[in-house]
Amino acid sequence: FERSQIDRELFDDLEALLIQADLGVATTEALLERLQERVRRGEVRDPVEAREALREEMVALLEAAMRNRRVKIYQRGVPFVSLVVGVNGTGKTTTIAKLARYHLDQGRTVLLVAADTFRAAAIDQLKAWGERLGVPVIAHAPGADPGAVVFDGMQAAHNRGIDVLLIDTAGRLHTKSNLMAELAKIRRVIQRHVPDAPHEVLLVIDATTGQNGLNQARVFTEAAGVTDIALTKLDGTAKGGIAFAIARELGIPIAYVGTGEKPTDFAEFDPEAYVDALFFGDEED
Amino acid sequence: MFEALTDRLTQVFQRIGRKGRLTEEDVDEALREVRRALLEADVHYTVVRDFIAAVRERAIGEEVLRSLTPAQQVIAIVHQELVRVLGSERVPLLWASQPPTIIMLVGLQGSGKTTQVAKLGYHLRKEGRRPLLVAADIYRPAAVEQLRTLGKQHDLPVYDEGTKVDPVETVKHAVKVARDQGYNPVIIDTAGRLQIDEPMMQELERMAEAVRPTEILLVADAMTGQEAVNVAKEFHRRLSLTGLILTKLDGDARGGAALSIRAVVGVPIKFIGTGERVDALEPFYPDRLATRILGM
Ligand SMILES: Nc1nc2c(ncn2[C@@H]2O[C@H](COP(=O)(O)OP(=O)(O)OP(=O)(O)O)[C@@H](O)[C@H]2O)c(=O)[nH]1
Ligand SMILES: Nc1nc2c(ncn2[C@@H]2O[C@H](COP(=O)(O)OP(=O)(O)OP(=O)(O)O)[C@@H](O)[C@H]2O)c(=O)[nH]1
Ligand SMILES: [K+]
Ligand SMILES: [Mg+2]
Ligand SMILES: [Mg+2]
Repeated sequence: FERSQIDRELFDDLEALLIQADLGVATTEALLERLQERVRRGEVRDPVEAREALREEMVALLEAAMRNRRVKIYQRGVPFVSLVVGVNGTGKTTTIAKLARYHLDQGRTVLLVAADTFRAAAIDQLKAWGERLGVPVIAHAPGADPGAVVFDGMQAAHNRGIDVLLIDTAGRLHTKSNLMAELAKIRRVIQRHVPDAPHEVLLVIDATTGQNGLNQARVFTEAAGVTDIALTKLDGTAKGGIAFAIARELGIPIAYVGTGEKPTDFAEFDPEAYVDALFFGDEED
Repeated sequence: MFEALTDRLTQVFQRIGRKGRLTEEDVDEALREVRRALLEADVHYTVVRDFIAAVRERAIGEEVLRSLTPAQQVIAIVHQELVRVLGSERVPLLWASQPPTIIMLVGLQGSGKTTQVAKLGYHLRKEGRRPLLVAADIYRPAAVEQLRTLGKQHDLPVYDEGTKVDPVETVKHAVKVARDQGYNPVIIDTAGRLQIDEPMMQELERMAEAVRPTEILLVADAMTGQEAVNVAKEFHRRLSLTGLILTKLDGDARGGAALSIRAVVGVPIKFIGTGERVDALEPFYPDRLATRILGM
């Protein structure tokens, strides 16, 4: 935007900015075409206006996906069930701790379910968070059937009149069909107790993820009915641009962002704040 | 998708081929397709730019302009250049002249360090070594327990001092234990950290200073996007990396991050991770990764 006129080079700079933020070629082209169109129509006449127009287009893209958000209705004593899924190491278990704190802050009772029975010490990790937050955890032994743990979790939530049930699942690559089928089975176990659950299926996407994130979102949505995305690790220098591609191509909204390893490093998603902080934040210096 | 790129290039050349002899502009049009494929594979924007410049030079200097199969020619050059950047030969682990050899794994949160520590231990024991694993992540909840569990599952000794001791001290003690009891190598699991986290990066520097590792390997997730370059550059600047382990290649990520890291920091890729289980560690073959980046 330091350029004095709208020319080929300005567009090259913008392309570099968007590609390096992991938006991907197709989404970058789509955004720049819309900008080009506004230039052609005479709405955008100089680099400052181009900057504002691009910002608007980026926010609009995210907001369009946010219109697909399911309204979250929390009822006292009727478990709101949140199923947290994603590929390995994206931050699922930590996001559960953050969500637990978020709901506790709103005065809701929370129960955690350790349905990652596969990864070494995954159960201990969730239990450690449960202890720190003062939240009960339903767990079985390592290697147990995740469906059985979820079954117990649903029952416990029901018996104890819990407001929010957060289910931690094992990391899995979306290419492993047997593991994806396991998620579908977990869904069925949940629905046996509460037919309209899970109320939220959160796909956790690491902000450092590149173009593979799009495949992740596509396949997890098919197998587990993803409703929202939690975008983690935004405290680093990665911008999480793949979320734009996911919003554009699949219409899946971002619900939460993670900005650190502590339960408080968490916020509800705000498209304007996000776009400004990541893409237009240091514009004034 | 390798076929897809070939198809795309064939189409490009068919479209322009009718005019007769190819020009440099024709090659540039083809290279735009190559550029796109590399960006879609997560190769860094600037690495792609330099790479395309190198390919272009070869392409117009070579037979492409006169070739009857220009698409195949371009693919061949691209593939060869990819292999060249990735490192044409396999580079084995370094071993210290004075045992124990110390291997330290570092990287971003969740990249796969703890798992690869166990995999390396398992792999090297199979080769007749006596590895000692060291739990030096005192921050992530149950990180020590994770490594202990993996050790127990596969009968690999794990050294830890819980979560109250400075991990630099723990690592020093572990090396002494290894020296006294004949363990070799010592494989250190460090906490995940952002490359911009100053205190945490200093911790790694202190650790490296204290025990002078033979190998400092960056563990990077194959699904990483453009960020790989920033991460690798900074870890390398602070620690002088000796190599890279690329994890989670069992999925469908194209792994362009590996090319970016190789191009920017130059260290060899020593292993690839291809699954969650302890035996899912494989040697790295540049040729295969080149093919994969191109989308085959
Ligand atoms: N910097 C930063 N680190 C995070 C964030 N969220 C999670 N982490 C870290 O990322 C690593 C992986 O987090 P986990 O919550 O264990 O990830 P997971 O998806 O449950 O991992 P698996 O269960 O093994 O698939 C840990 O070191 C976390 O502390 C975040 O927002 N920012
Ligand atoms: N599919 C697949 N998963 C892997 C591979 N390597 C590790 N993982 C998984 O990735 C997740 C993170 O692995 P960890 O070893 O805990 O990663 P880490 O770098 O130690 O994480 P932090 O200590 O939190 O920074 C776990 O779910 C592992 O099982 C691999 O090669 N393929
Ligand atoms: K990751
Ligand atoms: Mg987990
Ligand atoms: Mg670890």
